[in-house]
Amino acid sequence: MKRLVYLIKTFTLWELLKGLRLTLKNFFVKKVTVQYPEEKTPQSPRFRGLHALRRYPNGEERCIACKLCEAVCPALAITIDSEERDDGSRRTTKYDIDLFKCIYCGFCEEACPVDAVVETRIFEYHMEERGENIMDKQKLLEVGDKYEQMIAADKAADAKYR
Amino acid sequence: MDNVTLSSRILDRLGHFLPEPFDWLALTLMQIIVVTVCLILCVAFLTLAERKVIGYMQNRIGPNRVGPRGLFQPFADVIKLLLKEVIVPNRANRFLFVIAPLLAIIPALATWAVVPLFPGFVIADINAGLLYVLALTSLGVYGVILAGWSTNSKYALLGAMRSAAQIVAYEIAMGFALVGVLMASRSLNLGDIIEAQAGGMSNWFAVWLFPLFVVYFISGVAETNRAPFDVAEGESEIVAGFHVEYSGVAFAVFFLAEYANIILIAALTAVMFCAGWESPFAGWTFLGTSIFAFLAEPSFFWFALKIAFFLFCFLWFRATFPRYRYDQIMRLGWKVFIPVTIVWIAVEALMFVAQVGPWRVVS
Repeated sequence: MKRLVYLIKTFTLWELLKGLRLTLKNFFVKKVTVQYPEEKTPQSPRFRGLHALRRYPNGEERCIACKLCEAVCPALAITIDSEERDDGSRRTTKYDIDLFKCIYCGFCEEACPVDAVVETRIFEYHMEERGENIMDKQKLLEVGDKYEQMIAADKAADAKYR
Repeated sequence: MDNVTLSSRILDRLGHFLPEPFDWLALTLMQIIVVTVCLILCVAFLTLAERKVIGYMQNRIGPNRVGPRGLFQPFADVIKLLLKEVIVPNRANRFLFVIAPLLAIIPALATWAVVPLFPGFVIADINAGLLYVLALTSLGVYGVILAGWSTNSKYALLGAMRSAAQIVAYEIAMGFALVGVLMASRSLNLGDIIEAQAGGMSNWFAVWLFPLFVVYFISGVAETNRAPFDVAEGESEIVAGFHVEYSGVAFAVFFLAEYANIILIAALTAVMFCAGWESPFAGWTFLGTSIFAFLAEPSFFWFALKIAFFLFCFLWFRATFPRYRYDQIMRLGWKVFIPVTIVWIAVEALMFVAQVGPWRVVS
């Protein structure tokens, strides 16, 4: 009996027809593809993209060269040198992030006691020459200055969960 | 109206522009060029259709960047392929390497000579059309085998061997399925085969010879090395099979041959089992005077529609089925299809004797 059912099933191509029905059904399903350059997927305020260094509203840079981010970075992408400034405060003389080494885990942002280093929502950036993958202090601060509003808004939105 | 009368009418209209035998020659040449160019255009858009259909079945939308809705994608592909360099591998047999794509494409295009496209039009109206078709479709495998061998690459050789064994296995089932058609239509001429199925869907051989129809179509899929029978070029196992080392124009020709073969199999299935250009509604007299009267008329429209349906099936299969294992392919071909066709031919013979079916036994 079992054998008979099996024979009937194979000769009527039952399982194959079932498969064909499934693909045909999906043929008519509404497609959900996001057409990237024109459409974009929604982003979380926690999105981890290009790095930035922030400043206080009075223009003083936030980073105090505690090197916690350098210590926590699992990819060893951050290199920091520090020196005493004329007014006696400790500041970085060098703050480099190698974007090729960085795995965008966000640990540096979490480790930072003064919210200086952050990861912004920017993910559409590119490099045209060798060496541009190293983001030095100057470039990081520029990014921070340019997107301060966005960064501040994201931080505020996420504040109650931190 | 047969092809001869159509051609002589065209010649009368054109006013016999050349001396007697040459004007026929020129006219035939023109017909060949028109059919071939149309075919190549069809191939171009079939590749687009394939990507679109498979995309849709996988919940994607497929190519849509080049031109409106991606319609110019095939032209972009063609230009890309034409601009690429043809690389002949070291220690390959140059002569066979270059000639193999041609051997693949020539039978694929030449078979179209006997396919009746619309009522009264076929390039070569020969009596042994079916034999011609069988002969040429089996020739196609030489291109594949020579390509695999001349490349001097192990993957290509493996692909060629698989392809050869597969085509031999399925050629037989295909031939037997056509024997059934031959018995029913009492003719080897494809036009006569179509006319034997005239008079509505109930006369189609696809109904009366249903098992043969299924066997023929599946064998056709196997013959053209399409999924799920694409072991000859199975990407995950042997890279691209027989055409691993081909690039540029040579690859494009193989590609063209594969798709021309697909269209050919679709067209042949339509001719042999679904009455080619005959309308499925033929004999619906109540359509007679209404605006839908043309639906009951035989026309190229019906032929194209049937071909399009079978082509869709090809793509549908590819989107649905995983690749068959090699030994399973052999088992299916030798141990299932051949017995099935032989049994059904016997059943068909019984139907003749019992006078069941649309065919009348001529004594």
